[in-house]
Order: sequence, then C-alpha cells, then structure tokens
Amino acid sequence: MDVRAQVSMMFHLDKCIGCHTCSVACKNIWTDRQGTEYMWWNNVETKPGTGYPTKWEDQEKYKGGWEPKEQTIKLRATDKFRGLANIFHQPHLPTIDDYYEPWTYKYSDLFDAPAGDDQPTARPISLITGENMDINAGPNWDDDLSGSTVYANNDPNLENLSDGEKQALFEIERLVFFYLPRICNHCLNPACVASCPSGALYKRGEDGIVLLDQNVCRAWRFCVSACPYKKTYFNWKTGKSEKCILCFPRLETGQPPACFHSCVGRIRYLGVVLYDADKIEEYASAPKEDLVRLQREMILDPSDPEVIKQAEKNGVHFSVIESAKKSPVYKFVKEWGMALPLHPEYRTLPMLFYIPPLLPVLGHVENGVYNVDAEGYFGSLDKARVPMQYLANLFTAGNEEQVRTVLEKLLAVRMYKRSEQVDDIKPSLVEDMLKKTGLTPETCEEIYRLTSLPTFDERFVIPPMHREYAAELMAGDPYLFKAEAGVGGFKDRPDRGL
Amino acid sequence: MTVDQLLYGVFPYVCIVVAIVATLYRYLTDRFSYSSLSSQFLENRQLFWGSVAWHYGILGVLTAHLVGFLIPQSILWWNMEPVRLYILETTGFVLGLLALVGLLVLIYRRLTNSRIRVVTSPMDVTLLVVLLIQVVAGVGTAIFYRWGSSWYSAFAVPYLWSILAFKPDVTLVNNLPFVVQVHILNAFVLVLILPFTRLVHFLSVPIKYIWRPHQIVRWNRRSPIIGA
Repeated sequence: MDVRAQVSMMFHLDKCIGCHTCSVACKNIWTDRQGTEYMWWNNVETKPGTGYPTKWEDQEKYKGGWEPKEQTIKLRATDKFRGLANIFHQPHLPTIDDYYEPWTYKYSDLFDAPAGDDQPTARPISLITGENMDINAGPNWDDDLSGSTVYANNDPNLENLSDGEKQALFEIERLVFFYLPRICNHCLNPACVASCPSGALYKRGEDGIVLLDQNVCRAWRFCVSACPYKKTYFNWKTGKSEKCILCFPRLETGQPPACFHSCVGRIRYLGVVLYDADKIEEYASAPKEDLVRLQREMILDPSDPEVIKQAEKNGVHFSVIESAKKSPVYKFVKEWGMALPLHPEYRTLPMLFYIPPLLPVLGHVENGVYNVDAEGYFGSLDKARVPMQYLANLFTAGNEEQVRTVLEKLLAVRMYKRSEQVDDIKPSLVEDMLKKTGLTPETCEEIYRLTSLPTFDERFVIPPMHREYAAELMAGDPYLFKAEAGVGGFKDRPDRGL
Repeated sequence: MTVDQLLYGVFPYVCIVVAIVATLYRYLTDRFSYSSLSSQFLENRQLFWGSVAWHYGILGVLTAHLVGFLIPQSILWWNMEPVRLYILETTGFVLGLLALVGLLVLIYRRLTNSRIRVVTSPMDVTLLVVLLIQVVAGVGTAIFYRWGSSWYSAFAVPYLWSILAFKPDVTLVNNLPFVVQVHILNAFVLVLILPFTRLVHFLSVPIKYIWRPHQIVRWNRRSPIIGA
C-alpha cells in the first residue's frame, strides 16, 4: 500500500447559481497577462451546452485522455513514438478559435473621434493583433442558452439520449439547465503529465497538486491535446503552457484557492484525502462501469490504523492525516457516496468531485398553490426534467444506477428535513426512503448541516503544507533561501561579489 | 593573412566558441527562454504543410550530413555502385526540396498571417533568412554540382575534421564553387546565431520521453529540488 495525500475538491451543483465570481477571482489573480487573456483556469459552463473550449467533451475531435488497450490503458492522442512523430504539428491540438479570440474595445475612439453626425462607438479590437474584429465567441458564450439549436443541441453528452428525452429537455417553457464550474481536476492519473515529452508537468508528492515547470516546458503542446478536460492552456505570448495551480501559494499559507474563497453560492469544499497510489494503473484500466466505484475504493479511511501506519511510513505528516479525518470531501465522496467525478471514462482519475443537481419535478402548481407530490417523490426521479442518462453521461460514464443512488440520497435528506420541519410528509414514507438509501437520521442531519450550514472552516479543511520542512531539506541550509525574492527561483539573492 | 584564411581558418572558430559559450550562458541563466515557441495555437493549417515538410526534410538531410561527417568512408563505399549513388543523390535532393518547400511555406505564413506576425521577433526573421540561404545553396549545389555526396566526403569532411583538429586546411574548400562556399560559410553563420534564436529548441529533443515512466511525481521533502 503506497499511501499518499491529495488535496481534493467537491462542488455541490445544486448550490451553483452560475455567477462566475470564481472565474473572475481566478482571472484577476492569475491570467490577466498578455498571452493568457483567453485562459480561464476556472470557468462555469451551462449544461446542456457546448462549453469552453467549444465541445471540449467531444474526444472524437480532441482525442484527450486515456483509452483502454489490452490489459492497460494508453493516451488517446499522443503516446510515446506516435506522439514524437507528431511533434512538428499536432493533429488534435485545439487552436485559439476553439476557445475564442480575446478582445477589448477601442475606448479612445469615444474621445478622439472627430466631430461628426454620428455617435462615436468603441469598436471591438483583437487583443492578439490589435485589429478590428467581430466577436463570435467568448468564454461563456452559451451561458443560459439551454435549448439553443446552435449550442445546447450540440452538447456531446446528448449523444445516446432518446428523441423523447431530448424533447423533454428542451421543451419550450420547461427548459432546464444547470451550471458546471470547472477547474483542473488535479487527477491521480493525469494525461497532461504523461504526455509531456520534456517532463515539465508533475504531480506534487505531498499534496497531489499538478503543476507545470515553465523552465522545463519547451512548447511541444502535448499537454493541451492530452488533457481531456482542456485545462492546460498554451500561452501564445511566452510560448509555454500554463494551468490551474490550485492557488498553491494561498494553500501554503492556509487560505483556500481564490475560486473557492470567493464562491458566492458556497458550493465548494476542499479537503485532503488519502489514497493508495499502488492502485492507480489497475483502477484506471478497469471496465467503464466500475470506474466510479473503484476510484471511491482507492480513497482510504484516515481513521484506519493500518492506513495511518502506512501513511506515516510514507512520510505523510500526522497533521495531514488529522486533516484528512475532518475532510468534507472525504465525507461526501467516500463516507456518504454522494459526490461523483466528472467524466470518469477519460480514465485520468480526476480528484474534483461533483454532487449532481437534483432537478426532478418535485411539485406542481395547482390553482396557484404549490403542491408537493409526496407520494411521487421516488417516482418523480424518472420523470425528472434532466434525463438520468444525461447526468450519467457526465458523472458516471453512462451508469444510470450510480446517479440514481446519489439523487435518492439527496432526496432522502430533503424529505427527512421536510418531515421534521414542515411535517407534511408521512413518516412511513421517510422511513422507507432512509431504508432504501441506507441513510440514518443522524447521517441525514450531518449531510444537511454540511450542505446548508457549513462554516468557512468546515468547507475548507486545508492541511498544513509544511513548507518549513521542505525548505530545510531542499539544500540542507534554510539560510540559503532567506535572501531570495520572487516565485519559482527566477530571482537570485544578492550575493557578495568576487 | 588572406581573406580565405580569415573566412575558413578563423571565422569558424569564432562561430563555434560564441555558440558554445552563449548557449551555455543562456541555458544557465535564462532557461525559461528555451522553447520551440510553437505558433500552432494561433495558426494551424499552413503550419501543417510548412512545419512537417520542413522538419522531416531537414532532419533527413542533416542526418546524411552527420553520417558523412562521422564515417565518410561509408558514403564513399555506398557510392561505388552508380545505382546506389543515384538512389542516395535522389533521396537527398528530394529531402532538400521538401525542406525548401516547407521553409517557403513557413516564411510565407510568418509574413502574411497577422496573428503570426505578432509573435515574430527580428531574430526569427534573421533565422529564416539564414536558413533560406542555406537550403537554397544546398539544393543549388545538388542541382548544379552533382554527386555532392561523394565530394562532400572527400573535401568538406576532411576540412571539417581539420577544424576540429585545430589545423584548418583552407585549401580543401577555398577553390570549391561559389554556391558551395556560401553553403559552408553560411553554415557557420547558422552556428553563430544559434544561441540567439529559437533554434535552441533542437538542443532539447525530448528523446528521454520514450523510456521515462508516464507519471512524474516531485517530492519537496524527499529529494532536493533543482530545476529538472
């Protein structure tokens, strides 16, 4: 057992209001430079929709992630020899137009335009070339555009839905959609790392954050093609790739990443989980329908003495193990089995989990009165406005049963709380529900509290990063680093001359 | 000292010394700047026709030059049979032509595409000009002075070895045709400007990728972090 720690994340989609505050917080800190204007390390998509970059989930086009090959798996687009042969031109690399051409407006024209009969306007100009341009796409171009024949209809997740299901999804005046915030998944089996010929990408051993060493990057661009989530980006100005760093400078000082910190709907949770790194290859190669279950299995119980023993033997600090015991991600993913990975079929073992949105019709309006159809609570899951198959395509590699289990748990908690506080649901019904989902009243209460009333410190359980140990071990003498300035060793310390 | 001695006896050393010192200096002090600076992200279609043709063409030609340089006898032996000579010459010529066409596409793309112009530096233009001269001179030699593979091994290679032995034998090359002289001298210019251009990316051929494990983990607390 090779026990490692991973800073892991969970997004509760029922709480996401699609305000893009997370995206803006990230942009202002990390991607406000030339060459990165088009990058959104954090973005929020409307589902059903085509997303950003357009149709990123269409792996027939982008060839991201892994695919099974005999007993194991291989990179879909760029494995070893084939990859190197394509180094001069990558067949599946997205280009700037698959994202959007970044632009600003020529505001100076508002002031400098010569006097005339017409109002001066600020025309859009490209942030790349500075030329006039027409805006055809943006980072959230199909925001709220469910039902659109141009956008939502082209969502790759609709592929195996029946016509009836699609019709229900896009029925006028009953249109349905939800938001899907996305950041780098900091995968356990990252395709970006595996694809980099230079070895510039790596996973940090201590916390599992996937980073990119720009001093090693040589712009071979394989990471951009290989990441099935399209969360590594190419900086066209510096000629280096960049990606979400999970705000590690903030984490190392005990603050949650900016997108987490700024989340208005408080949908985001962060905490450390322990996992067994020996299982990565075996579990990533498993049959499609087992991926979610096995990934959950790979996450270890931080209270198990054997796990603790192995973790400590592996150099996981006891304070990190303590932190893992309080991790909200551990609870939602492992203990309660309610959070699911996004597109597990890409086989990168993503460590960002989602609670799928509960969007079935729960009540109906009759004579202006909202009626809860108590009897139909369970049945209504099948009449849900978002077809189960659609959610399954997103979160369980097509396995409807696993999504249903999660949604039933969400419903069970709601029914339990409603019967307690409003008292309009038959107790027997609640009991049936609890029995079916295997939840106890205590667990329901705990889920409810962590969903609806969590404090800042309950949502973000940040393990101590222990940079103090790292600095000492880096070169033996911590004083060597005292006079350094800047990030990443770009700045030399002021040394006495010869 | 004659002009020939200056050009063929001194200039090569200047180029080689500058190239080595400047390349090392740049690598040690500004590793961030080492990049192929790919522009595929901004323009995809033309790059395919340009970059693939150019790289495969020039790699083939360079390999032939290298083999001839390291084991000239092998080329001379191969060329003993006329049929084999024709095969080698034709292959070389086609590869050279491939490189030339690719290079022209790349130059056209760099000059006409407004997005690509934004990421074009003066040194990129310089490099393209030097490369164009080099390839045109090389292909020109192949057209006008046939069986270059044989006399390359007989004249240019001994000259190159004489430079390495610090006893430059100018007489081997100073009477060669003009195009060939341009080809030789321009090659040293290429060496000279190497560390000041994006050409340094060929020094970081990621061959290690083939045998390295897929996943890389860096431990802050287990091993010293020194730039990989």
